[in-house]
Amino acid sequence: MPSSLFTALATSLLMLASAATQANPVPDTLAQRAMACTGCHGKEGRAAPDGYYPRLAGKPAGYLYNQLLNFRDGRRDYGLMSELIAPLSDAYLKELAGHFAALDLPYPPPQRPTLPAAELARAEALIRNGDATRRLPACTACHGERLTGAQPAVPGLLGLSRDYLNGQLGAWRSGQRRAQAPDCMQHIAKALTTAEINALTHYLAGQPLPADPHPAPSLPGPAPMRCGGVAP
Amino acid sequence: MKRLLIALAPLALLAALAFGLLAWQRNLSDAAPPSAGTASVERGAYLAAVGNCAGCHTARGGERLAGGRPIPTPFGTVFSSNLTPHATGLAGWSADDFWRALHLGQSRDGRLLVPAHPVTNTTLVTREDADSLHAWLQAQPPVAAERRGHELRWPWNSDLTSQLAVAAWRALYFKPGVYQPDPARNIAWNRGAYLSQGLAHCSACHASRGVLGGDGGAADFRGGLLAGLGWVAPSLLDPHEAGVQRWPDEMLQRWLRDGQAQGHTAQGPMAEVVLGSTAALNDADLAAMSTYLRALPEQTVARPQAADPDPRRLERGASLYRDHCVACHGEQGEGRRNDAGAMAYPPLAGSRLVTQASAANLIRVIERGGFAPATPGQPRPYGMPPFAGVLGAEELAALASHLRQSWGHAAGEVDAVEVLRLRAAATAR
Repeated sequence: MPSSLFTALATSLLMLASAATQANPVPDTLAQRAMACTGCHGKEGRAAPDGYYPRLAGKPAGYLYNQLLNFRDGRRDYGLMSELIAPLSDAYLKELAGHFAALDLPYPPPQRPTLPAAELARAEALIRNGDATRRLPACTACHGERLTGAQPAVPGLLGLSRDYLNGQLGAWRSGQRRAQAPDCMQHIAKALTTAEINALTHYLAGQPLPADPHPAPSLPGPAPMRCGGVAP
Repeated sequence: MKRLLIALAPLALLAALAFGLLAWQRNLSDAAPPSAGTASVERGAYLAAVGNCAGCHTARGGERLAGGRPIPTPFGTVFSSNLTPHATGLAGWSADDFWRALHLGQSRDGRLLVPAHPVTNTTLVTREDADSLHAWLQAQPPVAAERRGHELRWPWNSDLTSQLAVAAWRALYFKPGVYQPDPARNIAWNRGAYLSQGLAHCSACHASRGVLGGDGGAADFRGGLLAGLGWVAPSLLDPHEAGVQRWPDEMLQRWLRDGQAQGHTAQGPMAEVVLGSTAALNDADLAAMSTYLRALPEQTVARPQAADPDPRRLERGASLYRDHCVACHGEQGEGRRNDAGAMAYPPLAGSRLVTQASAANLIRVIERGGFAPATPGQPRPYGMPPFAGVLGAEELAALASHLRQSWGHAAGEVDAVEVLRLRAAATAR
């Protein structure tokens, strides 16, 4: 009797276990599918701690979609990223971009800048006013008065690590990162000196997000330059 | 003087032989049938999809069919040509010119095409199909894309030596001839054979190549490492590799069309093939290809010498599995379905990707992650993140060994040296 009881108990436990496997399905959602992205880009796309895998959450959907196409088509080059998305359709990439764009998550605290105040002030002037003598538009002319980006395709410049910002501007200068032609950011990155890039990224990574961290609904005014994927 | 002549004689003989070889290969012909005049642009579009011409003849992010994609070979990198009707491509090519390229592997200017173009497969294509392909290609928008010269290694990096090498390769491995139906087989099998050996050029990847880059012909499906890509195209003859002899017909058709079926997913280059080719097959051709592939003879592949068994490695692998894999693939490698009942994360227990003779594809997937292809039948595949930044070579070897030895698997263990060797095989891109 005890042995048959044991068998019955064991059998029902086994059945319970297998029922648990059946009853524990993964959700049929984009969030679950996006787990393939968040392995590198951090939980829910909040950015990885090392600063090189950027935040995805809350960036404009058009911007994220453009970057997916840039990686797939070789305008940006990072083997792991390009290979991973190679077999996905435009429609699915757009859905994944939309998923991350719709996430409304808190931002990390700013990184304290270590540059003299005068250099940071020069960086801020460049960001707000540009430099007409070098045909450099103000960052705010496209990235928004609050620098939180503009719908549908201009990303915000705040809440990103200094390493990431330096990496991207450097990649634009070297041609490692490109956008759809005409590539306005390449022109801008090449016109900046390395000292200016350093000051800009110190300033930007040092700014807290404003009370409303969302991208502006549209560009603040007419785009100062022609920009593929944004204002062609 | 006389001694000099004697010394030069063998060289002269060699040169004469070489030029004889080149002339012989360049003048190969097998009485090309005249154009039947039944070319159809619509039919050509379908055939170009089945043959995935755009797969190799489109550069990443480039204009469709304008060429320029680098193709790694053991002899260096070759660049695909522009197939659009532009002066830098096939402008002015007649149906006869195009036929010679497909059937004899010879360009309009008489040069021999390098064997990266799968001439052993395309020679099987019928004149009627070649004419339809030609009609469709000539109807595409012309794209200016200057031909990029091949970057072959010494001694193949000159025009003469590379043409001589191709001529020698052809003398060894190439015989022109349209597909001849096997009267002992039915129509579906023959249609499947025509597609698989011909336009769909399955053997371009699934053949087993020797050191000279030669294979056993258009029906060689013994499998092999894809030079420069780091993926293995597993044998289609061995049911423990990628053979489908024991798969139900319906399952194979679904797999070819959707890129996944019953937890089996097309990965890497095969995902590209599903997207560029097999997903486009019409119902009759899908059934024909399935008939042919399921009827392939069974032949076991040799299992390479595995790493020495190491209990510590397996223990480490089991612990890594618990940390990184269990959440999606389950305690017993059973995989997980989604709440709509569809397979989300494939089972690893019983998976052929796990137990194939070569651990290349398994390690590749763990390191670099992957999605099943997004096909009309499976538009939103689940995916796996890359673990390249998380697991080092020792850990990859431990995890792969654990998977290959668990749940009744008896595949060989893998050590870190093997992981590094496979990684090196993937760096020639």
